[in-house]
Amino acid sequence: MKLITHNMLTSKCLKGVTTGYPLSIKATNVKVTEVDFNPEFITRIIPKLDWDVLWSAADSIGHSEGLPKTVEPKFEDDEEFLKKAHRVLLEIEVEEGHLTCPESGRQFPISKGIPNMLLTEAEVQ
Amino acid sequence: MAASTKMKTPYQNHIDKADFDHVYEPAEDSFLLIDALEKDLHYLKVKNPTFCLEVGSGSGVVITAFGMAFPNTFCISTDINFKACEMSATTANYNNVLLEPVNMDLISFFVDKKFDVIIFNPPYVVTKTEECGGTDIVASWAGGVKGREVTDRLLNMIPKKLAEDGTFYLLLIEENIPNEVVEIMKIYGYKSELVIKRRVRNEHQLVLKFYK
Repeated sequence: MKLITHNMLTSKCLKGVTTGYPLSIKATNVKVTEVDFNPEFITRIIPKLDWDVLWSAADSIGHSEGLPKTVEPKFEDDEEFLKKAHRVLLEIEVEEGHLTCPESGRQFPISKGIPNMLLTEAEVQ
Repeated sequence: MAASTKMKTPYQNHIDKADFDHVYEPAEDSFLLIDALEKDLHYLKVKNPTFCLEVGSGSGVVITAFGMAFPNTFCISTDINFKACEMSATTANYNNVLLEPVNMDLISFFVDKKFDVIIFNPPYVVTKTEECGGTDIVASWAGGVKGREVTDRLLNMIPKKLAEDGTFYLLLIEENIPNEVVEIMKIYGYKSELVIKRRVRNEHQLVLKFYK
């Protein structure tokens, strides 16, 4: 699971949960894979993400070093920043661990890089 | 060089045939969906989607084909079957596509209005209600009453999860009564269009697209 995906996941669908965002991450195995740098892709994806959530997620798995806490207005011209964002968004993956709903404490295991968000019928709103 | 008007078919020869005992093996319906996307390639290139989601991706052949044609789109897939999520990941990887599979029922865990494109090849076979709702290979085809039980649950979530200017592609067969689906989506405020249809043996398959 890459942190872009984490940015888009909420446990709001759980019974009794109102926001369910962001899910906290506990990683026991983080993989770093080299991915070709595509500044165009990174530039268009950044405005669509919740950067605070991304920064905290990166921090919680030990990969926030050098990553700015805020996105500057002209970030698209800052190649160094884009490379850092590229690394955090595309190269870092949580292989094993779990996600936790901030309200209910329900845990969702991540194995082989795939989050398991299956619910029992009783858990659904 | 002129922009390509074709979509490539992903390689899947990395898959052990025995794995298709657990995951839906790509068939005519999968390829009709790829053909529909290919037919709509110009429209999609103009849209230039940031996020694309395939629901119930199975082997991953469709979303991988999409990813190959749209290297600047971030692709996510879901499947209720963990083995299908794993296979989707390997198919994407084998074809150099970045794909994020998540093991979930439909799209319930995503934040609102993120996806520019949503694609669904549902379990469309007309069966008894009891047959649909599992998490194994049966879930890949058993559609319950009218073959629509799973599809109708997803239709209900589309207005929430699809971006305002997003497009939803849905494969159906005649037994699913496509006109009813068009009516349901009209109530939700969507226009519809038939993208492609084909007869495969006794089955009339078609792909509809919905947009605002």
